[in-house]
Amino acid sequence: MRFEQRMNDVRFSLNGAELSARASGALWWPAERMLCVSDLHLGKSERLARRTGQYLPPYEVRETLSRLEDEIAATDAATVLCLGDSFDDLSAVNTLPEDEVLWLTRLMAGRRWIWIEGNHDPGPLDFGGTHLAELQRGPLTFRHIAAADPVGEVSGHYHPKARLAVRGQSLTRPCFLIDGRRVILPAFGTYTGGLRSDAAELCALMAPDARAVLIGKTAQAIPMPRGRVG
Amino acid sequence: MATLSPLFSNWFAARGWQVHPHQRDMLARADAPAQLLIAPTGGGKTLAGFLPTLVELADGDHTGLHTLYISPLKALAADIRRNLRTPVDDMALPIRIEDRTGDTSYTQRRRQRADPPHILLTTPESLALLLSYEDAPRIFKGLQRVVVDEIHALAESKRGDQLMLGLARLSTLCPDLRRVGLSATVEDPGAIARFLARHPDPCDILQADPGPDPDIAMLKTDMPPPWAGGGGRYAIPAVLDQIRGHRTTLIFHNTRAQAELFFRDLWMANTDALPIGIHHGSLAREQREKVEAAMVAGDLRAIVCTGSLDLGIDWGDVDLVIQVGAPKNVKRLVQRVGRANHRYNAPSKALLVPANRFEIVECVAALQAVRAHHLDGDPRGPGPRDVLCQHILITAAAGPFDADALYTEVSRAGAYATLTRAEFDACLDFAATGGYALRAYDRYQRLPQRPDGQWQLRDPRAARQIRMNIGTIVDTETLKVRLKNTRGGAPLGEVEESFAATLTPGDTFLIGGQTVRYEGLREMTVEVTRRADKPPKIAVFSGTKFATSTQLSDRILSMFRQPDWPELPRHTADWLRLQREVSQLPQADRLLVESFPHDGREHLCIYGFAGRNAQQTLGLLVTQRMEETGLHPLGFVSTDYATLIWGLDPVRDPAPLFASDTLHRGFETWLSSNAVMKRTFRSTAVIAGLIDRNTPGKRKSGRQATFSSDILYDTLLKYDPDHLMLAITREEALRGLVDFGRIEQMLARVQGRIDHVTLPRVTPLAAPLFLEAGRIPVKGAAQERLLADAAEQLMATAGLS
Repeated sequence: MRFEQRMNDVRFSLNGAELSARASGALWWPAERMLCVSDLHLGKSERLARRTGQYLPPYEVRETLSRLEDEIAATDAATVLCLGDSFDDLSAVNTLPEDEVLWLTRLMAGRRWIWIEGNHDPGPLDFGGTHLAELQRGPLTFRHIAAADPVGEVSGHYHPKARLAVRGQSLTRPCFLIDGRRVILPAFGTYTGGLRSDAAELCALMAPDARAVLIGKTAQAIPMPRGRVG
Repeated sequence: MATLSPLFSNWFAARGWQVHPHQRDMLARADAPAQLLIAPTGGGKTLAGFLPTLVELADGDHTGLHTLYISPLKALAADIRRNLRTPVDDMALPIRIEDRTGDTSYTQRRRQRADPPHILLTTPESLALLLSYEDAPRIFKGLQRVVVDEIHALAESKRGDQLMLGLARLSTLCPDLRRVGLSATVEDPGAIARFLARHPDPCDILQADPGPDPDIAMLKTDMPPPWAGGGGRYAIPAVLDQIRGHRTTLIFHNTRAQAELFFRDLWMANTDALPIGIHHGSLAREQREKVEAAMVAGDLRAIVCTGSLDLGIDWGDVDLVIQVGAPKNVKRLVQRVGRANHRYNAPSKALLVPANRFEIVECVAALQAVRAHHLDGDPRGPGPRDVLCQHILITAAAGPFDADALYTEVSRAGAYATLTRAEFDACLDFAATGGYALRAYDRYQRLPQRPDGQWQLRDPRAARQIRMNIGTIVDTETLKVRLKNTRGGAPLGEVEESFAATLTPGDTFLIGGQTVRYEGLREMTVEVTRRADKPPKIAVFSGTKFATSTQLSDRILSMFRQPDWPELPRHTADWLRLQREVSQLPQADRLLVESFPHDGREHLCIYGFAGRNAQQTLGLLVTQRMEETGLHPLGFVSTDYATLIWGLDPVRDPAPLFASDTLHRGFETWLSSNAVMKRTFRSTAVIAGLIDRNTPGKRKSGRQATFSSDILYDTLLKYDPDHLMLAITREEALRGLVDFGRIEQMLARVQGRIDHVTLPRVTPLAAPLFLEAGRIPVKGAAQERLLADAAEQLMATAGLS
């Protein structure tokens, strides 16, 4: 497994594909000019208000879209792939305010756009783009939830985060999890929490030599923090 | 003068008691709509509050609730119930007394709602919960009196604000309701009276005989205290001597961590095996109850404790209070000292143990203030609006309401008397729709308005969620600590989640006086064993760090003006004299700033005397400004009286650093990124009902679905900077942990008169600051850099580079 820590991203290879884990939480595949983001959860605040009566600040869609716009601009992506759970539920697609619909439409214009189905949404059918359960492209397979025994798999779903003790201070950051067979992306959506890398599910999925790439201001590779038995 | 009926006077006589004058006076004023009693501990205050109730209920004619008793502590409610039983049983009075707290069983609580007792003893939170039920008018029907105990403590917190909003509601339900407040000695009785009264009605104040002055002094030790640090462990031999010489000693500490350390060392030095216990708010309830029971039974010779024993149960046999560390606040010192000797007209005995050289000065200043009866306290300002938001939701849970009527009612709570209608409407809008500039939720309005203009919950099920979030205490996130064994293990207490996060298996820490070994985390519980084979880390407890009060700081500054200090130990007086020779002593109306090189670094010492929290904020703001102007600050450390900054370049002209507009501008930018602000925001958001309280079960299942409130803060700041929650957060930042208000006070005090002294070496007054713990690296350089280093190291260790 080749790994290169650079200023603002971590380069690595997966089943022969050269990839970049970016500080934003997006995965960039330069050879294909493909930008991949997972778990946008657009419309989360709307869904919470509708379903639970909790009124979170209703600005997370524009925040997520503006970060996505920055990433598209920075990479000049020809293809954008949303790896599932793009919308918090189907109804959130229909209740998206007009200006946010236009914004998303503008982002989609002039490039290839692929929606992978997630467990929260089967894909926003009202928007254009390609809808797929999963995508096979060259050496890589893109799907929402990691499968058993994969080769070159890119997935999301778990919103991994990792915790690191730095000089007595504890620091938690969302992260990529990467081993020789797969990469699991952090959630790109603004209103998303995370599952710690020492959770049993994640430890079972990842090989012993897996790394975590912490994201935030920079992307930073560390050995994947795991819970200890005992 | 009220006369007691023979039934009552015989009962007093039979017990060999005299009716205290203030007890008789309270009876005479039983009809007052609002009455405040200020009496020292041990003065029969509670009985004074209840006597009119017992007299009124003696004939057995009253049905339903007659008197509501509110205490800040659950334990106190239960204790008072037991104490009241004595007169009621002795005189065979037809009175039913029950308590109702978070610990009361579900069946009992249901029964109490259907058939309330004559006297109900409860807490502010349980009262708020009762008021949220639709049948509140029926439950409180016929209520005559409400007695608020330890009102001086409640008046300092949001719990008190919530209580007073509740009383405003009760007064609407029961227009004849009379209010009684019971208070310890306070600096401004008028403020407590205004807090208690139904605004703008008056409230009568009755001052009981304060009793003799306490017998209070500094503890004499063979060794002088160290130059810096806290804990007072140098004094352990002398403290043990005192414990041996008294029946029961309470040893107060300012923080839980210091209490733990002191207790461990005290125990190791306790060669006579005197029974000594420890008590603080992070210990498991079972552990605390055990210590309390042993205390009541007279089985303990000493208890090492924190503010958790400031209030509450009459401990009876305590004959000495020891305060370790500077008291920080004269009023709290006097109240703590009152815990010793609960016999009326006997002086309480107390000893102060300064933890370091500077605290000697502070202790002497505090002793002078106690003798002068000069208590301190800062006015609290208008009622916090996050509590009002919660109150509006509680009102809605009980049924539809009219906004005009609710506004009028709320304005009758003293703290909310100056609330404008626009401010009220903003809170109502927040409760109804979230109050965002982007009107995204108007179609899901939580409180829609009915055609008749009343506001009503859209979904009645929301009432359940509102009830679950009642209360104004927002804990830092903690994890339970248990001994690991097959059957679950005994609970020991709690540690902060952020502390638990730094532990790896095999690490040891102190809790409840024992060193335990971290084994792992299981289902949100920290599992430990007693296999302690390493020196402990100290658990980081959330206990509030008190800052030295403004009044006490002023007193120290005026001591500095004296030509000499005969009242100080010689070593301390010599120290101050030397400072005066080489530099100067700080003065109240000027700001002393010293510059000197040390150990290859340039240092700047700012003697602001603004209290620890404000000095900390000052350190952050000044270093931020220094970074901008290329002075390369590296870090700083703060105490209650000064901030020491070190960096690469000397500061030639400090005046621009303290320009008021510079600091204000710095404060505004700083708001956006500071962790303390985010913590303040979180507690505001929980109280106001923006986010749910984290119930443990929920946290476990929530995982991916729950996310940090920091994200909400950042989002609001970016897209809706004028939102109510941010306005409240800024208001809170002026006090509390950020305490920008005290920086403003300091700036107003010195009026730009800055004395900049440049010296070749460290000054006597600055020297102890070099030994202080809690050094803070300057931001910017800080986290990313540390993270990169740590990451590199980890990769290298794992052979992954």
